[in-house]
Amino acid sequence: MDQLLQFVFSGLTVGAVYALVALGFTLIYNASDVINFAQGEFVMLGGMVTVFAHAAGVPLPLAALLAIVVAVATGLAVHRFAIEPARGANAVTLIIITIGASILIRGLAQIMFDKQFHRFPAFSGEDPIAVLGASILPQSLWVLGGAAVIVAALWLFMERTLLGKAVRATAANRLAARLVGIDTTLVLALAFGVSGAIGALAGILVTPITLTSVTVGTLLALKGFAAAMLGGIGNPVGAVAGGLVLGLLEALAAGFLSSTYKDAVAFVVIIAVLFVLPQGLFGKRAVERV
Amino acid sequence: MLRVEGLRSAYGRIEAIKGVGLEVRAGEIVALIGANGAGKTTLLRAISGVQPITAGTILFEGERIETLPPHARVARGIAQVPEGRQVFGPLTVEDNLLLGAFRRGAEHAAEGLDQVYALFPVLAEKRRLPAAGLSGGQQQMLAIGRALMSRPSLLLLDEPSMGLAPLLVDQILEVVAGLRARGLTVLLVEQNAAAALAIADRGYVLETGRVTHEGEARALLRDPRLREAYLGV
Ligand SMILES: Nc1ncnc2c1ncn2[C@@H]1O[C@H](COP(=O)(O)OP(=O)(O)O)[C@@H](O)[C@H]1O
Ligand SMILES: [Mg+2]
Repeated sequence: MDQLLQFVFSGLTVGAVYALVALGFTLIYNASDVINFAQGEFVMLGGMVTVFAHAAGVPLPLAALLAIVVAVATGLAVHRFAIEPARGANAVTLIIITIGASILIRGLAQIMFDKQFHRFPAFSGEDPIAVLGASILPQSLWVLGGAAVIVAALWLFMERTLLGKAVRATAANRLAARLVGIDTTLVLALAFGVSGAIGALAGILVTPITLTSVTVGTLLALKGFAAAMLGGIGNPVGAVAGGLVLGLLEALAAGFLSSTYKDAVAFVVIIAVLFVLPQGLFGKRAVERV
Repeated sequence: MLRVEGLRSAYGRIEAIKGVGLEVRAGEIVALIGANGAGKTTLLRAISGVQPITAGTILFEGERIETLPPHARVARGIAQVPEGRQVFGPLTVEDNLLLGAFRRGAEHAAEGLDQVYALFPVLAEKRRLPAAGLSGGQQQMLAIGRALMSRPSLLLLDEPSMGLAPLLVDQILEVVAGLRARGLTVLLVEQNAAAALAIADRGYVLETGRVTHEGEARALLRDPRLREAYLGV
């Protein structure tokens, strides 16, 4: 029982990170039908920039802020220099462009940083807290709480502000959005910027637990994509649920089967979703969009 | 107010409008009629800037606008009620309307909301419901209301009667006729030629991408060739 609880804690912690990556996918997909595989690199930048700035003597909060700025700038640059020039290209072309962008970002990061694994200190100590016979790291609470705050803030922005409503309108009907005077190019740039910030925050929160290196982005992008598919691509609630479910499945597979299978879970999920429920757990978007 | 000259636009290699010219003067209701596939929607989309053009000019209040992005044209006073209504389905009725005023900012929206709700009281009743749940007629009212929220001087309407029951068609066209009294200029696209010409001052007939007839609405209604082709008599 306490062992199960232990797996649940670790599953929810990584699941929260997948959820944030999936949310980034969702934001950009809804604004443009682009599946942005550079999403994982934002998480990598969040961790790595914080690590190196902190190592150079910058206080941790400032280092984290710098990392967010770098990731947002990177997101905006991907939009401006990779997506925007290819406007009107088909979805597959755009996906390949984002994969190219992710390779470029990783390459530049390798030149600027190194290939080692790094971490910085947890925000409020490293001593595990005992809960019902299991234990949870204080940093796990930071990850879960941080993810909850990010999701809530994004929800408030989308539901309560005119700009957020314009993003949702663009997702619902791009032609109508342009006809009412929404600059949909700007909305897409906004989606890339916000996705960059969300990804960076995820990387900053989780690095003290999972460590980070310049190569973590690839697998995170795949897992975030699996989570988004599981939840029904384009559905933000589904993205969060899909991320948590994927994290739990991984932790249970690692705990009860073998940790060698952990990373296979995401691929099994992708294939299962494709075959069994192509709309995902919460999806009906594909129908709505037609 | 609006003058279109030599306008061409294509989908790939297929040219949908082939050198169209038309004029809409301030305070007029101008009807644009033509069979399915004639290019009416393409023309309206080009005027709003959501359809690329290959040649021609669009003058609005004396200035060329054909290179401006769509949002800049909305800001200048051109609003469109697109074919098939195109409401923001998952968003509430009120959010749809507020987004109509996107370029004007939230502070101007309240007054616009009151006016739209006065024009279409049923929208006020349903303000908190998702637009996707409205009936076809109500969605058409919402699409018109949303366009009015930008305070346009020129309103482009693409087949507002499409798919509606005859009673609703009359009601919608009555509202359109009433908009002129509020100082709006209207370019009305319809396949329902008789109904459109009945409320219009002038009309144009579009056939396979070209203007083939133009004139006073009353004269067009009497033209024997048009009566046979478009008025079903
Ligand atoms: N998205 C599109 N792709 C290719 N051809 C199109 C598209 N939309 C319209 N067309 C073609 O352009 C021509 C004009 O269409 P349209 O402007 O919709 O006519 P109307 O509104 O008068 O019915 C038609 O021949 C139609 O088949
Ligand atoms: Mg049409």
